[in-house]
Amino acid sequence: MIAEPRPRIAVLVFPGSNDDRDAALALERLGAEPTLVWHAEPELPEVGGVVLPGGFSYGDYLRCGAIARFAPVMEAVRGFADGGGLVLGICNGFQVLCEANLLPGALRPNASLEFVCSDVTLRLERADTPFTSRGEAGQTLTIPIKHGEGGYFADEELLYELERSGQVVLRYEQNPNGSVAAIAGVTNARGNVFGLMPHPEHAVNSLLGSTDGALVLGSLVDAARERLLTAA
Amino acid sequence: MKATILVRPKPGILDPQGEAVQSSLRQLGFAVDEARVGRVIDLELDGADAHAARAELERACEQLLANPLIESYEIAIER
Repeated sequence: MIAEPRPRIAVLVFPGSNDDRDAALALERLGAEPTLVWHAEPELPEVGGVVLPGGFSYGDYLRCGAIARFAPVMEAVRGFADGGGLVLGICNGFQVLCEANLLPGALRPNASLEFVCSDVTLRLERADTPFTSRGEAGQTLTIPIKHGEGGYFADEELLYELERSGQVVLRYEQNPNGSVAAIAGVTNARGNVFGLMPHPEHAVNSLLGSTDGALVLGSLVDAARERLLTAA
Repeated sequence: MKATILVRPKPGILDPQGEAVQSSLRQLGFAVDEARVGRVIDLELDGADAHAARAELERACEQLLANPLIESYEIAIER
């Protein structure tokens, strides 16, 4: 059997990122060749996807993600996304993508004002995205969250648009943070940029309680590989 | 020239910090019906043209200092 090619996936590193190595390790185990890219880089290497990891970029000063969005590498990410490239934002990465207007909406302090760190049950609303193709719509996933500012906000008009166009990909079964419509993850209108508050990279080994995160990251690896093969 | 920028959660946006402050004030016996918590940003600016400065600061608020989806802002310029 010929080994499947390992697609290269960039994991961005901002000052204050702290899940970058976990994300890289998870991607490697799922068959990708992860490459860490420092925030000050003006360009991305040749990659099949980009992951913005969790953490506290720039100390979460001003608003979570508000400063990171101006990092030099973000211009390259914007160009990559504009060209249809696959971009995944996890937790702080989701916040950065919202602040950068690469994803709709905003993330607000949790309604409880408390930092929440626990496994949550999520409902997969869409399995026809490059980030969830390994799943089935309607199935539930157990993936941990750990955030103080994960309350997803969209005004009525935006929420209507997101629901109408099927951009809500993941929903909490029990809303842990006051997110509107219990939204845990959304895509952009084009469907090539996805952000979620739960941490799939912390749920890829049964020793740690769940492997459901592999569904998200593995789907990304599949999609990135497919693009690699199509381009070759 | 000095400028002060007030950033507030927009009306209707859940403000858990404001709610916590309001409930603490009530516990202390203050008859407070609502509290909203925002942010103050004091800036020192070059130049003397207040009109131009205001236009600049509006851009700064839209791009960085406030998130227009969830926050409103007010700019006060002191000569």
